[in-house]
Formats: sequence, structure tokens, C-alpha cells
Amino acid sequence: MSIAQPARRGRRTAAALAVAASLALTAAACTGQPNSGAQGSTGSTDKPVTITFWHGWSQPNELAAINANIAGFEKLHPNIKVNAVKAVSADTITQGMRATGANAPDVVSDFSTTDVGKFCSTGAWIDLNPLMEKDKIDPKTVFSPAMLSYTQYKGDQCSLPLLGDAYGLYYNVDMFKAAGIASPPKTYSELAADAVKLTKGDGSQQLGYMPLWDYYEQNTGYVGGQYNPTYFTADGKANLAADPTWPALFAWQKDLVGKLGGYTHLEKLRTGYGDEFAANAFDKGKVAMQLDGEWRVANLQQDKVSFNWATAPFPVPDDQAASYGRGFQTGTVIGINRNSQKQAAAWEFVKYMTTNTGALVTFANAIDNVPSTIAALKSPDLKLPSTFQTFLNVAKNPNSVTQPATPDGDGYVTILQNLGLDLQSGKQTDVMAGLKKADTDVDNSLAQAATN
Amino acid sequence: MSSTTAETGPSPTPSRARAGKSPVAPALRRKHRRELRVALAFLSPWLIGFAIFFAYPLISTVYFSFMHYDGYNPPNFVGTKNWTYILTENPYFWTAMRNTLWLVVVMVTLRVIFGLGIGTLITKIKTGAGFFRTAFYLPYLAPPVAATIGFAFLLNPGTGPVNHLLGELGLPQPGWFNDPNWSKPSLVLLALWGIGDLMVIFMAALLDVPTEQYEAASLDGAGPFQRFRYVTLPNIMPIIMFAVVTGVIQTLQYYTQAMVAGQVASGTLSGSGQNYFPGYPGGSTWTVPQLVYNLGFQSNDDIGAACVVSLVLFVLAMAFTSLLMRRRAGLMGDD
Repeated sequence: MSIAQPARRGRRTAAALAVAASLALTAAACTGQPNSGAQGSTGSTDKPVTITFWHGWSQPNELAAINANIAGFEKLHPNIKVNAVKAVSADTITQGMRATGANAPDVVSDFSTTDVGKFCSTGAWIDLNPLMEKDKIDPKTVFSPAMLSYTQYKGDQCSLPLLGDAYGLYYNVDMFKAAGIASPPKTYSELAADAVKLTKGDGSQQLGYMPLWDYYEQNTGYVGGQYNPTYFTADGKANLAADPTWPALFAWQKDLVGKLGGYTHLEKLRTGYGDEFAANAFDKGKVAMQLDGEWRVANLQQDKVSFNWATAPFPVPDDQAASYGRGFQTGTVIGINRNSQKQAAAWEFVKYMTTNTGALVTFANAIDNVPSTIAALKSPDLKLPSTFQTFLNVAKNPNSVTQPATPDGDGYVTILQNLGLDLQSGKQTDVMAGLKKADTDVDNSLAQAATN
Repeated sequence: MSSTTAETGPSPTPSRARAGKSPVAPALRRKHRRELRVALAFLSPWLIGFAIFFAYPLISTVYFSFMHYDGYNPPNFVGTKNWTYILTENPYFWTAMRNTLWLVVVMVTLRVIFGLGIGTLITKIKTGAGFFRTAFYLPYLAPPVAATIGFAFLLNPGTGPVNHLLGELGLPQPGWFNDPNWSKPSLVLLALWGIGDLMVIFMAALLDVPTEQYEAASLDGAGPFQRFRYVTLPNIMPIIMFAVVTGVIQTLQYYTQAMVAGQVASGTLSGSGQNYFPGYPGGSTWTVPQLVYNLGFQSNDDIGAACVVSLVLFVLAMAFTSLLMRRRAGLMGDD
């Protein structure tokens, strides 16, 4: 016994240490810090407020521009400091919105407008309407209708636009001249006719227009958007099969695909093109016309392409020729975290970033994006190239279009795009059957998202 | 000693028996309890880890599969709605399931056959074994994302050197990662390129087969095929089963390569206003783990539905493993 005791004690000690170590490790993994902050306060000289701002910009010119804007804000609001976190992806934002600790962001900007529906409907981002009302900001006179549309869900303005993207047509002027075409197409019929005229041989060397739905920025939503379709009925049900847009769009595209050599041939050309940003087919002179966003102006200038090019509004359906000048719009959005304890300071920051004309103009000039307020769009300080004017006009156009936000992360956009891909490849041959199935899938997805 | 006698010796009277047992049994029980406590204490790091990282998540997953839960608001009980949605309404679940099962059957089978083949060849060759061992093992060390991007570049249908070479030889030029019919075979090629892990395991197993068994078989007139069939295979069967079971489990979790290949081959990057949607081309690279991530953390924020898919994946992995282990018992003649 006298010999066994120390051994047992040793084992007990070792066991106790093992338990303690396990518990310590567990506790360390689970420990969080208490949330402390000045909820509702905009800070004071002796006690400034620091807010955390997550954004997705990462390039040196982008960071310089956003940091300059933040510095401008801090100068104007010396009691509010901004802790900016760069290069935050959409997935990380989702996780950040679910977090409640002290390191969770107060203000978030998101490149994905598809997130707006879920952040509004779940309440993850607060409704900014009362704050704008209090500060006498009338969003309808400050922002363009399309931009207001993609930043709200069912009247809940949980986000605001922070610069935008507008889409238009890029065309190779030299190729147009060589083909004897004097001006860019304005309707879908003209687009198809010009596409055929501009195609040399089988299109391997020069294709007039790539009509496939998975070609860079081109997709069913952006091209179909020119019809200004009604995606949902008044009671919120999917309206794809009932809207005349989609059969007309798919018929137009199928016809053009056939004229340019058929799907298999075009698919081979498309997959042979380089990456959208590293080796874009338009930049390489392989495609004469292309739907693209305003940022390609800067890309083309940086690439110092050897041909003359120009921009124009994207064509519209023949029966809506009067609406020529409209375009698809999307863009970066910014909102305030529901869990933020510093919402008053956060709102001051969001207000500055989204409505201060000087800040918006400087930012737009620096990163070649479209300003997101009507005043900034008209600012004489905008120093963007003349080819950029097309996109400023699209943004100003009251008939420009976008897609409505839905609580399932805009699931209908993907469902519609997948249908377009199936139709162009021949996997689906019955357009109406495909649209009806798409309606069912959209309704199921929305019902699932709305389960509460 | 006295206590031992009292414990094992005959009991003269019932009262004595009670009197004799009474002081001993509690002591024994105390000893057992002490030993149990000590064992549990030593096991506690693992037990706590198991509870936190396996039992708790599994129970939570089952719980949330019956809840509507977006991660922002408290969960609401919705009964079997998530299950109905995933199994009968979600447009991507069965596509992802078919793709994953295709990969499990084709990729695992080919990896085992290829790994065993390469391992056998390298153990047989007399010169340059070191070089070939290194050459076949090195690709396994390449980070999956980098390797997939490299393959997507090499197999680009229009600009990749592979199709250029095939064209020069007058052979058909597949669409590889851009063709729904070729995208999964391309992923299998990528997996075969990184066969180094299985090759090393099989080489170790092959070198462990007793040479006297080969000698005896040769003396009995067995040819190379018969020696492989009746000597090599039975000896390395546990290793083959290990490779199959771990391969099935890994392939059921197949995510990175499919996601990267689809994104690179599509030529588009997720930018302003849109996210990359998995499965390019034509949903052919959708896998179940991608669906879990997409449902829970991307477009839908539907953690309840993501939990349903995770549980289906878990049950599938358990079923495959159980089936293979039973099959192994039959093959090995185990009880």
C-alpha cells in the first residue's frame, strides 16, 4: 500500500492535468469577448466611436480611392473612426452578418446585389428608410429608379447603392467600317443582321457577336432585361411562362445561333476564347460586338488595343424601339448590420459614402464605376473618358432595368439562366415546358425561403 | 490474504457470508470506479473532442434539418418541410447526387486500379525505380487549387496544348472541362494524375507480401496472373479495402477540384452583382458538398435544407462503408 499510493497519486495528478488541459482548450475555443460600444451615439471629442467597415475592394487603386473617401469622412466627423477591412468576399459577409461579437462589422458593402433580398427579408441589415426620413433624404430624387430597386426588398430599403455598374454595347469601329455598317444596332433585329454581316467565314477569325448565354457577362437576365419583363405576379408568384419576353428572347437567340453556325460550332469558339479579364475576345479582336459593363472602358485602355472601338446603349427588342437608351444596371450595395451597437455612427458613414457628391465623384473617377446618385451623375467633376458617357446615360435613363431582389438570393435568376443554357444546347427543346418548370422551381424556392 | 480467503472460500453460514462479503465487495467496486475514473480522465481529451466535433454537430444537424434556420434569426420548427423540399422540389439535389455517385463509382475504381498498377510496376522495375516513384508521387503534393487551374489551362479546348497536340495528330479534340460529357472524366484524369498517395500505400503492401508464397506458387506451376490472383490479391486485400473505403468517403466530400474547374473553365469570375453558380458546364460538376455550401452559406442561407443534404451524405457514407466492410469480411473470411 505504501508503495502503491504515490503511483496512484501520480496517475490522479496526470489525469487531472489531462482534464484541465482539455477543458482549457475547449474554453479557449469557445471564449468570446463581450460586446461593448456606444449604441446610438456618434461619439464625442473625448470618446470617439470606432466603426468597422467591411468591403470587397482589393486592388491598389481601389484601396487608395476607398481609403481617401474614409479619410474625407473622418475629417468631416472627427468623433467617428473607421476601421476598414478590405477584400471581404460575399460568403464572408454572410458569416459576418451571423456573428454577434465585437469584431462583427457595423457597415458592410457587398458586390453581390443578389444578397439584398436575403439581408432585407431576414432583417440582417436594418431598414434605412426611417434614417433617411429623419435626415430629410428623399431616395427617389437622390438615386436612379433601377438602383433604388436593386437595393430594396418589398419597400425595405436595407441597403443603398455605392457606385454602380451599367451595361451597354462595345463595338469594333474598324470592323464596322470594313463591313460597311455606319452605326451601332439599335434593335435586336439589327443586332442579329449586323452580327451575320460582321462574321468572316465560320467566325473563327472574326465573329460578329457571340450569342451564347454563358459568354462572359452575357446571360438571359441582362439581355432579357431589355424587354423589361415582369418576373413576378402581384401576389409574388413566378411569371416566367406568362411573360412574352422569354419565348421571344429564346426564339431570337436560337435563330441567331443557327445563322452563326449552330451551337456546337459557337460553343467551340466560345471555349477557345480566353478569360474574361485576362484575354477577353473583344479585346483580342475576335468578336466585333459584345455586351459588357462600364469597367471594360478601362480594360480596353489599359490593354492599348490596336483597333478603334466605341460604346453604345445595348439594343432593345424591335417592338420597344422607343426605349432605346436603356440598359441593365447592378452594382455594389452598402448596409448597416442589425447587430451593430453603433448604428448612429454607422449611418453617418453610410450617408456620406452614398450621398456625398464629392466623395462619389472622386471614387467613380478612381475606379471607373458609375456614380450612384443623380447629382453625381451630372457632376462636371466627373473625369471619365468620352466612351464612358454611354454608361452614365444608361444610369440616368429612367427606363433602365434591373432584377428584383428575392429572399432566396435571387434564385430565379439562376433557374432562368440554367433554362437558357439547356435550350441553347438542345438539352431542353420545349420552351414553354421549360418555362413552366422554371416557374415551379422558382415558386418552390421562394416558398422554402419564406418558411417561418 | 484474509480478504482473499473470505472472498473465494466457502461460506459456513449465511450470516457469515454476508459478514464476509460486505467489507470486500464495496472495496472492489471502489477500485473499479477509481480505475474507470482514471481511464475516463485519460480518455477525456478524445471524449471531449468527439463530443464537440462529432456528436454535437451531428445532433445539431439532425435538429436543424427540421428547422427553418437562416443563421440570422432563431430557428423555427417546420417538421419535414426541408426534407420534402430537398428530396422532391430542389432542382439541383438529384443532379448533384448523380454526379457525386458517378465520381464515387468511376473515380474510386480507377484510382485503386491505377494506384495498384503503378505500385506494382514500380516494385518490379530494376532500374530507375527511385525516379519513377518520385515522379508519380510529386503531383500528389501539388495544392488542389493550383493543380486544377493547371489542368484547366492544359485542357482548354481552344488554347490548351493537349488539344493542340491531338489536333496535330489528327485525333478528336474533346471539350474537356467545357463539355458536360467530358467534365467529369477530366476530373477523373486530374485525380489519376495525383495518384501518389495510393501508389505509396500499395507499394508498401506489395513489398510486404512474403516472397516464399510466390516461390511456392511458382513451384506449383502458377503463372504471373495466377500468382497475382492467388498470392498478391489475398495478401493486399485489407489495403485495397482501406483504399476503397477512404476513397469513397473522400469522393463523397469532393468539392474543391469540381468548384475550381467549373469556375476557371467557365471563363467568368464572380464580380459585381453576381456570384459564380456551381456546376459548369450544364450542371455536370455539381457535387453534393457544393450544394451543402451553396444552400447554407451562399445564395439561399437555408441552413435547415443544407443540414438535410449533409445528413443524406452522412447516411450514404455510412452505407457505403458498412457495405464495403461486410464485403471485406466475406472476402477475408473474417467473422
